[in-house]
Amino acid sequence: MTVSGLLDRRLLFVTGKGGVGKTTVAAALGMLAASRGRRVLVCEVEPKGDVAAAYECPPAGFVPREVSPRLHVMEMDTEASLREYLRLNLRVPTIGRIGPVARAFDFVANAAPGVREILTVGKLCYEVREDHYDLVVVDAAATGHIVGQLAAPVGINELVKVGAVRSQTRWMLEILEDPRSTGVCIVTTPEEMPVNEAIDLAGRLEGETGVHLAALVANRVMPELFSRGEEEIFAALADVQATAALASAVGGAPASAFQEVLEAAALAVRIRRTGAGHLERLRVAVAAAQPLVYVPYLFARADGARAVRQVADSLGEELGE
Amino acid sequence: MTRRQASSPLDRPLERLLSSREVVIACGPGGVGKTTTAAAIAATMSVRSAAKVLVLTVDPARRLADALGVEGIGNTATLVPAAAFAAAGVRQKGQLWAAMLDTKESWDALVRRHAPDASTAARIFANPIYQNVTGRFAQSHEYIAMERLYEIHAEGAYDLVVVDTPPTRDALDFLDAPGRMADFFGSGLLRWLVAPSRSRLVSLASRPFYQVADRILGTQFLGDVAEFFLLFQSMYDGFVTRARSVGALLGEARTTFMLVTTLETVPSLEATRFAAALAERQLHLGLLVVNKVLPASFADPAAVAVAESLQGDPVGIAGALLAALPDGLAGASRVQVARVLEEVGRSFASVGLVASRQAELLAEMSGAHEVTATVPHLAADVVDLRGLLEIGRHVLDGTGT
Repeated sequence: MTVSGLLDRRLLFVTGKGGVGKTTVAAALGMLAASRGRRVLVCEVEPKGDVAAAYECPPAGFVPREVSPRLHVMEMDTEASLREYLRLNLRVPTIGRIGPVARAFDFVANAAPGVREILTVGKLCYEVREDHYDLVVVDAAATGHIVGQLAAPVGINELVKVGAVRSQTRWMLEILEDPRSTGVCIVTTPEEMPVNEAIDLAGRLEGETGVHLAALVANRVMPELFSRGEEEIFAALADVQATAALASAVGGAPASAFQEVLEAAALAVRIRRTGAGHLERLRVAVAAAQPLVYVPYLFARADGARAVRQVADSLGEELGE
Repeated sequence: MTRRQASSPLDRPLERLLSSREVVIACGPGGVGKTTTAAAIAATMSVRSAAKVLVLTVDPARRLADALGVEGIGNTATLVPAAAFAAAGVRQKGQLWAAMLDTKESWDALVRRHAPDASTAARIFANPIYQNVTGRFAQSHEYIAMERLYEIHAEGAYDLVVVDTPPTRDALDFLDAPGRMADFFGSGLLRWLVAPSRSRLVSLASRPFYQVADRILGTQFLGDVAEFFLLFQSMYDGFVTRARSVGALLGEARTTFMLVTTLETVPSLEATRFAAALAERQLHLGLLVVNKVLPASFADPAAVAVAESLQGDPVGIAGALLAALPDGLAGASRVQVARVLEEVGRSFASVGLVASRQAELLAEMSGAHEVTATVPHLAADVVDLRGLLEIGRHVLDGTGT
């Protein structure tokens, strides 16, 4: 499977350590796929309104809303998912939020591990099975929780020996375990802990959930400032004499200002170098057989839709046509 | 070894704050250096005060254990050898202990403590729901972290306990976990469900809920659920009382929160939400630690002007520079030097932009907390005790109110 095939899948779970920009990457993948003519649903599993905020549109609910041509957004709501499931599968009439049944739902969802998870994964698989969208992009749980979420159908199979739920898990697993239809996208930044978690998750994913790794995305990668020869020149500039000569060559500014400017570049070089080491670890541990997609650090004052657009553009370049 | 000539601790607001507290809870969004900061504070306090300090970490990062010079960290507290501090060039006045949170082991200990007898405990351990619960039960991780904190504090073996909080789906989960746990086991709904199953599950079958639930989940599974809660009922009083005490500890005067964040958009937004939530619950936010802060000098107008000139006329400046240096610059040509100068100017502009954005965010975040501490953007990762102590020094000394 090549990188360019990433968006040809039907269901993409985007995960990563908290704070690495997984919501932005999920939103950007959705935007990119929609711009290439596909009908896309971007679903936020932990409904905080971050995906809608990334597109700078008002929060969406359980019912998907089209935010731009072909691009739809929804927030997961496990209780609504249960109601939909009951209505569609068991012909149980729609149940209101109030009353003992809602409390009973809270009880079962809390008591039975995996119920919330399976209602989440089930809803996503359902959207794929029904062909409502070409691609469902999931802003999924963070690396610490994604295995529990994706393993829910397997776990339920072990816990529940009979009943409708057990028979339901079979078709879900067919979708989830097919690498052509479903994949996980692990987002990381070039930092130690995010890379560690990415490596750990990549190692556990298939064995514990049956879902395949589709791609690794290295987000916020600092640009390479200097070639090897240029680095020598840069190092020579830090020499007191050279800095003083530079100050007189430019003229009109105190030497301290030059030091500050050189320090900023030195910091950028050191951060870049440390990050490159972590990405190299990732490449050796996982990415030798997996595509590693780079998204550059956005220095510009980019936020919301503008940042998502920029990330989508760089993902588009990396993924090719 | 040279001792730093320190001013009186009373001049340093953070050291004063920490000396008056017994529990510091590190919290904040994921990926901001929470665990490292907690360890750094604990290590530094063990150097500066004659206190027995424990850092209770949740994330089993091997590097942290290595940094502390201990062979892996378990649920049982381990003394970080004074030799490790000596190797880092400092002498401790106190002691540093480290422990890790093992969720499963902690749950088992909790069950053993509250179960009426050994056979009930054994039945709980054998219940398939319980086996899953320890890993997956909503808030189980969050709750058990606070539970362990309570237990350690109650034992009274330490002067200061610095606890790291688990990476939660929602950073606020652990605040409400003790309350929810108490509500859950004390709920009327639970009693309603469990009481009749003492007689027989069959009698429940007439209830509509069970008819639906049975079609979805199957009787055996419901039986496991019922048994699980039935068994937990036997621990009800002890458990709920305990959960309430755990919740109370968070609000006591000897506890303070340390909110850790960076100045990136998402973490700072989450940190702001967190600070508001602490205030709403009347919990004490003593300290805001902001990691990865770029120096304010990056926004210096003189430096900005220099960066602009470097980008404006790199070739001219390179020529003048080489003319002024009789030995040349690493044997480079004018074109090569010009390329480097232009890149240096551009890089400063990029980093400066981030620095000014950070300065704005930092100003916005000054709020309810007592002390703000900033830790500069350290280009290299913290790999050893020396690095931890450096962070601790930034936090404890470089503070403003």
